[in-house]
Amino acid sequence: MAFVPVLSEIIYSCQKMRNPVTIIPASDSSLLVVFGNVISPALHQRLMGLFHAFQAWHDPRIRNLHPGYASLLIDFDPLRLTHDELISVVQQLAVTTASPVDTRAGAVTIPVCYDTEFGPDLLDVAQHTGLSPDEVVREHSSPTYLVHFLGFSPGFAYLGGLPEILHTPRLATPRPSVAAGSVGIAGNQTGIYPVDSPGGWKLIGRTPVRMFDPEATPPTRLLPGDKVKFSPVDRATFEDMQRAAEASLK
Amino acid sequence: MTIRVAKPGFFTTVQDLGRYGYAHLGISPGGAADALSFRIANLLVGNDENAPALEMTLLGATLEFEESAIAALAGASCECTASLAKVPANTAFELPAGAVLQCGSMTSGGRCYLAVQGGFDIPLVMGSASTFVPGHFGGFAGRRLRSGDVLRLRQHGSSHIRSLRPDALDALHAPQPLRVTRGAQQEWFGPEGFDTLFSTAYVVSEQSDRTGLRLKGAAVRPREHSELLTDGIPLGAIQVPQDGQPIILFVDQQTTGGYPKIANVIAADVHRLGQLRPRDEVRLAEVSIVQAVQTLGEQERWLRELFVS
Repeated sequence: MAFVPVLSEIIYSCQKMRNPVTIIPASDSSLLVVFGNVISPALHQRLMGLFHAFQAWHDPRIRNLHPGYASLLIDFDPLRLTHDELISVVQQLAVTTASPVDTRAGAVTIPVCYDTEFGPDLLDVAQHTGLSPDEVVREHSSPTYLVHFLGFSPGFAYLGGLPEILHTPRLATPRPSVAAGSVGIAGNQTGIYPVDSPGGWKLIGRTPVRMFDPEATPPTRLLPGDKVKFSPVDRATFEDMQRAAEASLK
Repeated sequence: MTIRVAKPGFFTTVQDLGRYGYAHLGISPGGAADALSFRIANLLVGNDENAPALEMTLLGATLEFEESAIAALAGASCECTASLAKVPANTAFELPAGAVLQCGSMTSGGRCYLAVQGGFDIPLVMGSASTFVPGHFGGFAGRRLRSGDVLRLRQHGSSHIRSLRPDALDALHAPQPLRVTRGAQQEWFGPEGFDTLFSTAYVVSEQSDRTGLRLKGAAVRPREHSELLTDGIPLGAIQVPQDGQPIILFVDQQTTGGYPKIANVIAADVHRLGQLRPRDEVRLAEVSIVQAVQTLGEQERWLRELFVS
């Protein structure tokens, strides 16, 4: 059999850039573009630059884009586009997309009811952090968070910017079922469960906002790159908003 | 024209070839677990290869046809009868009005596809009729079929059917290892890690489904334990969690994950994952990305030449 070079052993880097990227063929149908090995808003902006450039390019040979904390996975049809062709596209786009694209002006506000019925781990988080439950709520609803990417389940946003004092380990045993809208903390991350699913994050509240609606355009309330603020609401407001959300579905 | 589900079987869903362009929102492609058999079933009855069809798992469904229809079964071998007469696999057949199609246990392979001429009339969600059960959307009411469900067929004009060449599908049944390329975190694993992966006869665990196949066997160890920043997962990625037991991410997979990916099943072999059953034995063998893409191209040519013109 003829010698065939193993492409996956070759790792490309783009040296023309001030901040080089590493391009790894992750499979016969995908490339992983790695921007670094840290979670940072600056790195996220560069990654989003490439993500938006690919979205704007709108090439049917590109099937899916998966942003992560520090990388972008590009899934493509290898019978219509070769790895080498795509690598040169990435290199060109990565060089020319210096300016980040802001998808939305301002932050998306997500109302959250921090009632202990919705947040069964609120007292646990308070105990772990040495704060009162009210202080946990104040700390959690004060920052503007950044949606690094969505993953895990449809519409699940990985939010960066959780105050260090709130960092709390996840549950030892995940719950078999977590209600849609539940807001949780896991280590240095916070997020909202968009659909009923199993989950191991410590739950501190719930939003009445529908985070995932397969019939809507876009189907998710949050998009990669969005800024997010949590706004505490009381039980009565939560229920009013939930009723309004349900009525709009009918 | 309607089809009533008398018995749903073990796990029957409506599928097509998947939902693309939404991975950045956490939505995986889904679609037929064995896309090759799915396409063959549709092509036999003269449908577009992406027409919505039924994916039956391990135990088939019993369906009542209100009117006559042309149907075809492809994929896993399954004893099927229409009003007690045996129906052949991999061939289009006619069901008279009132027929009861009864699909039994699958004797080899895990998934059998039923395509009906015209295709099932299923509203598209994000451009696809595929059922995504973990997210409760797509397909028929976002779930697997239940007894009493009533499915509709699309109107169709043509009644063109196709036949396979004799022995056309023999190539599909030749046992051979699953072919993989090295994965995005290959550097995390030394030669020992790859030796283990390629020399072990792994067993498919009972906890395997459309989201992933868990393999049981010799543990694969990374050179050192470090934390991976969550990144995107390609279809067919083989990730290695802390216990060293590999997991092959499948059609309903999470779009991102935090475990290192040692290897990736080649696109031309992903359809074979859909036919694996719990307790099946699996061996993995490495090919280059160039070979993997060539193999995919050959498979597409093979599919086009499968039918008698």
